[in-house]
Amino acid sequence: MQQLITTVLTGLTLGMVYAAFALALVLIWRATRIVNFAQAPMAMITTYLALVLIDAGLSYWVGFAVALVSGLLLGALVERLVVRHLTGSSEINAVILTLGLFIVIHALAALVFGSRYRSFPAPFGLRGFQVGDTTIALTGFGVFTIVSVMVVMGLLVLLFRGTDLGLKMRAAAFDQEISRLLGVRVGRMLTLGWALAALVGSLSGLLIAGGGLVHPSYMDGVVVYGFVAAVLGGLESPPGAVAGGLILGLALSLVSGYVGSELVPLACLVILMAVLLVRPGGLFSHVRARRV
Amino acid sequence: MLAVEDLTAGYGPVTALDGVSFTAARGQITAVLGANGAGKTTLLRTISGLVRPSRGSVRLGEHDLTTVAAERMARLGLAHVPEGRGVITELTVEENLRLGRLVRLRRVGAGDLDRAYALFPALAQRRRQSAHVLSGGERQMLVIARALMAEPTVLLLDEPSLGLAPRIVVQIFDLLASLVADDGLTVVLVEQNARSALSIADRGVVLNLGRLVVSDTAAALAGDEQLRHAYLGF
Amino acid sequence: MATLADRVLGRTPLRRHLTLALLGLVVVVVVLESTGQFRNAQFAAMAYYGIAAGGLTILIGLNGQISLGHGAFMAIGAYTAALLLRGDEPFALPLVLLAAAGVALAAGALVGVAAARLHGPYLAGATLALAVAVPGIPVYFGEALGGEQGLTVRVPRIPDWFADAVFFVTGQDMSSSRYLAYVGWLCLIVTFVLLANLARSRVGRTWRAVRDHEVAAELAGIDLGRARVLAFVVSATCAGLAGGLLALSARIAAPSGFTLTLSLLLLSAIVLGGLGSLTGALIGAALLTFLPQLVTGWGQDLGLSDVRAAELAPLIYGLVTVLVVLFAPAGIAGGVLAARRRRAAHHGSPSARTDSEARP
Repeated sequence: MQQLITTVLTGLTLGMVYAAFALALVLIWRATRIVNFAQAPMAMITTYLALVLIDAGLSYWVGFAVALVSGLLLGALVERLVVRHLTGSSEINAVILTLGLFIVIHALAALVFGSRYRSFPAPFGLRGFQVGDTTIALTGFGVFTIVSVMVVMGLLVLLFRGTDLGLKMRAAAFDQEISRLLGVRVGRMLTLGWALAALVGSLSGLLIAGGGLVHPSYMDGVVVYGFVAAVLGGLESPPGAVAGGLILGLALSLVSGYVGSELVPLACLVILMAVLLVRPGGLFSHVRARRV
Repeated sequence: MLAVEDLTAGYGPVTALDGVSFTAARGQITAVLGANGAGKTTLLRTISGLVRPSRGSVRLGEHDLTTVAAERMARLGLAHVPEGRGVITELTVEENLRLGRLVRLRRVGAGDLDRAYALFPALAQRRRQSAHVLSGGERQMLVIARALMAEPTVLLLDEPSLGLAPRIVVQIFDLLASLVADDGLTVVLVEQNARSALSIADRGVVLNLGRLVVSDTAAALAGDEQLRHAYLGF
Repeated sequence: MATLADRVLGRTPLRRHLTLALLGLVVVVVVLESTGQFRNAQFAAMAYYGIAAGGLTILIGLNGQISLGHGAFMAIGAYTAALLLRGDEPFALPLVLLAAAGVALAAGALVGVAAARLHGPYLAGATLALAVAVPGIPVYFGEALGGEQGLTVRVPRIPDWFADAVFFVTGQDMSSSRYLAYVGWLCLIVTFVLLANLARSRVGRTWRAVRDHEVAAELAGIDLGRARVLAFVVSATCAGLAGGLLALSARIAAPSGFTLTLSLLLLSAIVLGGLGSLTGALIGAALLTFLPQLVTGWGQDLGLSDVRAAELAPLIYGLVTVLVVLFAPAGIAGGVLAARRRRAAHHGSPSARTDSEARP
């Protein structure tokens, strides 16, 4: 029983991070029909920036803020300088482009920051809370993880549902031509979308790193989990991505706790294939099954 | 007044529009007619900046619109309702309408939404629903209402009757006629359905294979039997 | 009218490919015999990269499916070879390599059946998951598969007849790295002849049809699913064979040898050479093998540490990959052609601001 609770709490905490990452992927997919596999090394490199600042003696929060802001800028830069110039509608070219970026950013990080494992601090305790005699698996950092992801999601909901800017961004994502005719500057909206997505990705990078080790490949697994979470939710829907992230976090935590952590990626693969073959539109689609 | 002069445009090596000139006067409906492939849609897309012309000019009053980008047209008072698929189905009805209003510098609060709903009561009932659930006629009403939210001086309409029941077409055309009469709107109406279009239009322009065949009053066009047989199919 | 190439190489595709293969073999013998042990080992590596890239370029270039998981199939081949070479009485080398290819074929069929129903980013994501998942398996089954340390691989004894034959031709004794380079290049030549013939055959035309016009291909009676699975299986089999050769050359099969980076580098190798071309795959393999040493040398000259200088090569692969996709989507060779065609078509034609289809 104790182990089950531990597993579930760990799973939910991790699930929130996967949810954030999946959300970042969905934002970009919706707007540009690109799955940004380079999201993983983008988040990695912004986390390294934070680490450099923290190691230089600045507070965790300065590093945290710089990582998020640099994520925002990096996302905008990648869209403006690279993605914008992708012509044609070849799906394979879009995939290869983000993978090329993946290799570039990965190599850059290893070149600049080195490839050795470096520990990343956490702003809150990594020990479970005491309830009476038992220690539950929810840590201070875990609470911070859950709260910060929820705050970011809340802000995104406010932006997209409550403001004219959010309305323009959604319109630009769904129909570029109509949006242009209604006076929406679609290019700017897409840049902003990539920037916001990269910010959310950077947040998940910081949260995965907190209290653990950082090296150039530390986000490689997360991009897979984030992608699978996004697919579980149908790849189109932000709430779906969040639900997918939580479900995947739980499932993988169960596998890790009861079978073995080495098989977590394999379990993830099995879940992905099962969903794609049985419900190609994701777990929550009521509408027509899209061809995947 | 919208003045199109020697407009030429195409897609890659294909010339879809070849030296077309006409004017659409304020407070009038100008029907653009012709068979499939005549260049009607390209004409509207070139006027609204979606397609860049290789030659010629588009002027609205004293503004030269020829090289203005599509996203700036709405601000200059030109609204383009493209063929068939103008509704953003992922948004709600009201969000679609709000989108139309965004270009206006002066915000009027909810007043203009109320006006749109008064014009199209069917939309009012579905304001919070996804535009996905609307019928074909309701979608056409929504895109027209959305275009009007920007308070345009020129409205380009591409095949508003396409796929709609005759009863609905009559409704929409009546509405257009009253908008033109009441607000002095300039309407350029592209239609396959030449008979209905000429019944409400003041003038007509007939295109064939990208070239202008004739430009005359609606009555004159409707009365020219030879022309009707050759290009208008009625 | 017969061109010079026709006359020299033979007119039917098969004869052409066989003639090229023979020429290739001669080149291989000359090059391997005239270079030292270090270069031999590099050529062995180029051979297995070439085989894997050849299989992948057929899949992506000819059939339009993408796989980021070919490192996983290489791992499967490598572990199969390592296991079969472990006992006191190891299996004969051809058998080992066939088994490496065979197990990868089976795994490829399994994944291919699922993959045939996916496209674009979905397929990319699924195979990415495969690439990340497979290295975890030997860690989990540490008893049998050696865990993080991996399995060491004993290089089989050089068969006397082979050593004698080579001695007879060249008058030189055979070192084990030269032997492995020979094995690798023999495998590469055989694989490429098979792949080239496949590409020119009805099967190859079917694959291209599925890539270019899915609906038309289906209307023409092509079983889309079967065509896709077959392409995937062929390509996975090549990767398995390559993995077996890699295990022999590296003398180890370990999880760290099959990271996501390997799969991504394979992909960039074939993009650089031009998708769908076996020559391109070979060029890509040569880049993967020889560029790192060159570039790392430059990096060290610039004062970088060894470890950091080693990252220059992937940086260049990545950058060139991005540039190729953006500016010459058909690969470098195809890009030159397209640019020439664009220039020719540009004279006197009106331009459209959008790239949408012509709409009347």
